[in-house]
Amino acid sequence: MALLEIRNLHVKVENKPILNGVNLKIEPGEIHAIMGPNGSGKSTLSYVLSGRDGYQITDGEIIYNGIDLLELEPDQRAREGVFLAFQYPVEIPGVVGLTFLKTALNATRIHRGQNELDAMDFLKFVREKAQSLEIDDEMLKRFVNEGFSGGEKKRMEILQMAILQPKLAILDETDSGLDIDALQVVSKGINALRDANRGMLLITHYQRLLNYVRPDKVHVLANGRIARSGDEALAQELEEKGYAEFNVFVE
Amino acid sequence: MSSHIDTIKKSELVGDQYKYGFVTDIEVDLAPKGLNEDIVKLISHKKDEPDWMLEWRLKAYRHWLKMKPPEWQKVSFDPIDYQDAYYYAAPKSGNKPKSLDEVDPTLIETYNKLGIPLREQEVLAGVEGAPAVAVDAVFDSVSVATTYKAKLEEVGVIFCSISEAIHTYPELVKLYLGSVVPFGDNYFSALNSAVFTDGSFVYIPKGIRCPMELSTYFRINQENTGQFERTLIIADEDTHVSYLEGCTAPMRDEHQLHAAVVELIALENAEIKYSTVQNWYPGDSKGKGGIYNFVTKRGACRGDNSKISWTQVETGSAITWKYPSCILQGDNSVGEFYSIAITNNYQQADTGTKMIHIGENTKSRIISKGISAGHADQTYRGLVRMQKRAEKARNYTQCDSLLIGDTCGAHTVPYIESKNPTAQVEHEATTSRINEDQLFYCRQRGLTDEEAVSLIVNGFCREVLQTLPMEFAVEAQKLVGISLEGSVG
Repeated sequence: MALLEIRNLHVKVENKPILNGVNLKIEPGEIHAIMGPNGSGKSTLSYVLSGRDGYQITDGEIIYNGIDLLELEPDQRAREGVFLAFQYPVEIPGVVGLTFLKTALNATRIHRGQNELDAMDFLKFVREKAQSLEIDDEMLKRFVNEGFSGGEKKRMEILQMAILQPKLAILDETDSGLDIDALQVVSKGINALRDANRGMLLITHYQRLLNYVRPDKVHVLANGRIARSGDEALAQELEEKGYAEFNVFVE
Repeated sequence: MSSHIDTIKKSELVGDQYKYGFVTDIEVDLAPKGLNEDIVKLISHKKDEPDWMLEWRLKAYRHWLKMKPPEWQKVSFDPIDYQDAYYYAAPKSGNKPKSLDEVDPTLIETYNKLGIPLREQEVLAGVEGAPAVAVDAVFDSVSVATTYKAKLEEVGVIFCSISEAIHTYPELVKLYLGSVVPFGDNYFSALNSAVFTDGSFVYIPKGIRCPMELSTYFRINQENTGQFERTLIIADEDTHVSYLEGCTAPMRDEHQLHAAVVELIALENAEIKYSTVQNWYPGDSKGKGGIYNFVTKRGACRGDNSKISWTQVETGSAITWKYPSCILQGDNSVGEFYSIAITNNYQQADTGTKMIHIGENTKSRIISKGISAGHADQTYRGLVRMQKRAEKARNYTQCDSLLIGDTCGAHTVPYIESKNPTAQVEHEATTSRINEDQLFYCRQRGLTDEEAVSLIVNGFCREVLQTLPMEFAVEAQKLVGISLEGSVG
């Protein structure tokens, strides 16, 4: 059974069609990259998968792990193992990072029938994961994303992914705004989470990230459809030729 | 979306989910309904009070008759029929028990259910590792137990009911009662002065740092009864005391009046920290029932370098009318007001503070966090006055309002008066709606709507929650979440 299967997905935002029949299938263990020009619907896809309000699904279905994903609330999807690394992680003033991580982890653990981690075990667990992402205790004690640099925010997203251990991770432009050092740290974090049971969907505008996190499949999203699919070589080709070939179809 | 309907349903249930809404079935000694001079005399007689006390009550009562209820606040309710209430209700277990063994077991059980330990070895609200807290438990009109009295007496700290203080420490009571809030101060303080039935009394002798947290727990149980408690705290020179106050009441369809007066006096180098977690019954989701919480709280920093700090977490009551204030007389004295007010469904709150700077170099700080949801309406009303002599006095005010949904309201009404050109007053105010991006971010991490709101609001209130003593902070954080259950959809 596929981990994720998107069939003929049509989505409108404020009555404007954004996705016009997307088909995509991700098997457990696979990393897929979705590339495309600005405005092609990449972020819409990530929000529809995670259940954000404001998107009208006019046709099609999304089957995740054998269940109808569109029937679930955003928090139910999250607890079922769907994780979105945000393009623009949100600041939550007054909420300490560690508290946020612990609340999120325990929500998922309870759902999985595991007991909540106590403070000591939790801290040990987080520190272990944080170290490889070069996140120190001081950063964990700051308020969620408040005053973080772009790179710090993205590392924090990957830390959350490492802690929540999702089955399906959607990484929305995780590489944007990163310098080369930060890109390497983040990529290392993503690669560490590569697992035979986990699927990932990398949404990116540039090929750069794919030098570090090598995808099994690459798709081009244009005009709300998957216009072409291929392997790593497709990403390389896009890097050289750009998206001009696909833009001719813009309505 | 189906979840929207679910949350509306949940929202309607909130008022009915009030955790402390039970009634204790206990025999009571009830004065006849209504209010007149005979009732005032009866209350004084029941308490076996000295003549000077009765005289004071009667003066207050006669003054009250000439007064009109205030109308400037932004709350609306039908006029109160003061003749249609009881002014005295006491559990019929005889005289005030000498030890806990003599306290009616029904009462002990009631306080257990409320999480309030009347046995000294127990800790407040079951918070593990929390230090012991001395408790004065006030049930309707009377104090039923005060714990740790003996231990406090060892260092000279007096902690007892105000009724007991009137008998045992009349000189202190005469000197200070009404000295911060005169009976004629306002309509409700006059009413309270006439008919107050019990409350707590604290005296910290010179040079003593009170060795434990003191607290009073107020419970209204009897139907159609008003609760009029009176608290008086005196911190003599070079002292420190931290005092906590908690309140709950059963769920009833009728409104009940709670009109308290709290007076604090801080002499030279004294510090009083007064924290309240107010969780009176707020009424149901349609606005039926709930407590009218009309309270006058004021502290006087009489001595130089003294400090009074108010922290309040106001989640209950149908209507809250309350302005804990500081009169900064002593030079270098400090007044603080930290407030979280949460109104949901049809609750109304008009609350804030008054900082009266009289002495030189006095400082005050006001941090107010208001959260409004459902059809609730909330006003922050605050006065900062710099008197002529208040050289280099400073005030900082920060007022933040958070709105959840689009049927609630938040208002900020600051009054700033300065008669001294060297004084500085700063005022910042923000109003925002709960942020959809934050909610979605939390939900994407597996938090339900309600967990997300609770987390975000607790973050919004952090500055104030941090000022609470540890054993109250845990409870207050949970209460913030519970009070807003069902407020988003």
